[in-house]
Amino acid sequence: MAIKDIPVEECMLQGNAACPGCPATMGLRLVLKALGKKTVMVIPACCTAVIESLYPHTSFDVPVMNIAFEAAAAGASGVEAALRKQGREDITVVAWAGDGGTYDIGLQALSGAFERGTNFIYICYNNQIYSNTGIQRSGATPYAAWTTTTVGGKAEFRKEMGEIVLAHHIPYAAQTCISYPEDVYAKVMKAKTIKGPKYIEILAPCPPGWRFSMDSTVEMGRLAVDCGAWAMWECENDVMTFSGKSKLLLEKKVPRKPVEDWIKHQGRFSHLFKPQRDEEKLKVIENHIDRTWERYRALYLQK
Amino acid sequence: MKKYAVVTSISYPKKGAMGKTGSWRVFRPTLDKAKCVKCLRCWIYCPEGSIRREPDGSISIDYEYCKGCGICAKECAVKAITMKREDEHE
Repeated sequence: MAIKDIPVEECMLQGNAACPGCPATMGLRLVLKALGKKTVMVIPACCTAVIESLYPHTSFDVPVMNIAFEAAAAGASGVEAALRKQGREDITVVAWAGDGGTYDIGLQALSGAFERGTNFIYICYNNQIYSNTGIQRSGATPYAAWTTTTVGGKAEFRKEMGEIVLAHHIPYAAQTCISYPEDVYAKVMKAKTIKGPKYIEILAPCPPGWRFSMDSTVEMGRLAVDCGAWAMWECENDVMTFSGKSKLLLEKKVPRKPVEDWIKHQGRFSHLFKPQRDEEKLKVIENHIDRTWERYRALYLQK
Repeated sequence: MKKYAVVTSISYPKKGAMGKTGSWRVFRPTLDKAKCVKCLRCWIYCPEGSIRREPDGSISIDYEYCKGCGICAKECAVKAITMKREDEHE
């Protein structure tokens, strides 16, 4: 899959309300290019509900249903059932939610939809904060990151949503990052062909939320994968495969970059470097990532 | 476009639903066609979809909606796109 083979058609119209350098629109463009116009989207409260722009106009060239924060997966189940009853099973139902609507508020509806075996794709674009409401902490916010509700740095580690989803043993689950468009496109195309519940999580580095300059969105995603703060994998029928750089990290074919390379560019971690370096917290972050990868190796590395 | 006779708030798709977002721009991306190798990385990474793919495989920039984030310039491997302040342009 080369970039030139990705379709030209855009379902995400220009002149929308997204911030400059927004990773969500980058992801939406790719996802809608893969799914095409025969798609119904269900969007709960998240940045994307704002990106749609103001009534009576919208920036989406596909049907979109806006729904309450906790109900994305439940709403998608309803849309899927209605389309099935009408015999229109060629239409893909996609729930597109942020990390707040997936990790915290939408978790029970999501778990229910997976358990019922609803035939839909659930895509979580993870920017590690509630960015729509003004940068509050979420279950996805990493340790020591500043948000407006964790001044001085978050005291807890983020949860591993991917592993919560894997516990449902659904036909397809994947994690990817907007910095690797071919990977995102290939995973969405694969999910489209599989029947049953599918889950894709896309890491979306948010310039205003993470406090970095708006031209570095792609670079931040790439560095997150390089230093192991984010893993790209797919799990099809309980067979786990790591993709791209994460595969090399898992097999120890390339050394992992120190996490400092990633966090030193982000204002949300600036309290670890100014006024003096907080060696203790930097070590805790580094050790946590090391432990995560040791667990991945123990669980998923074929011997 | 099909309009629905439903008494509820339905929004219809429109290009530029938030107006001409090109007016948000402070820095303007300028393309040097001689340097461009047509790798299309700018096209796929542009959050706004403001890079147009021409039929001959080359690209051009749509300034009407480009918000000037500068991702295209940063991700260009051959530095064919440079960011210049709007007032320094021309």
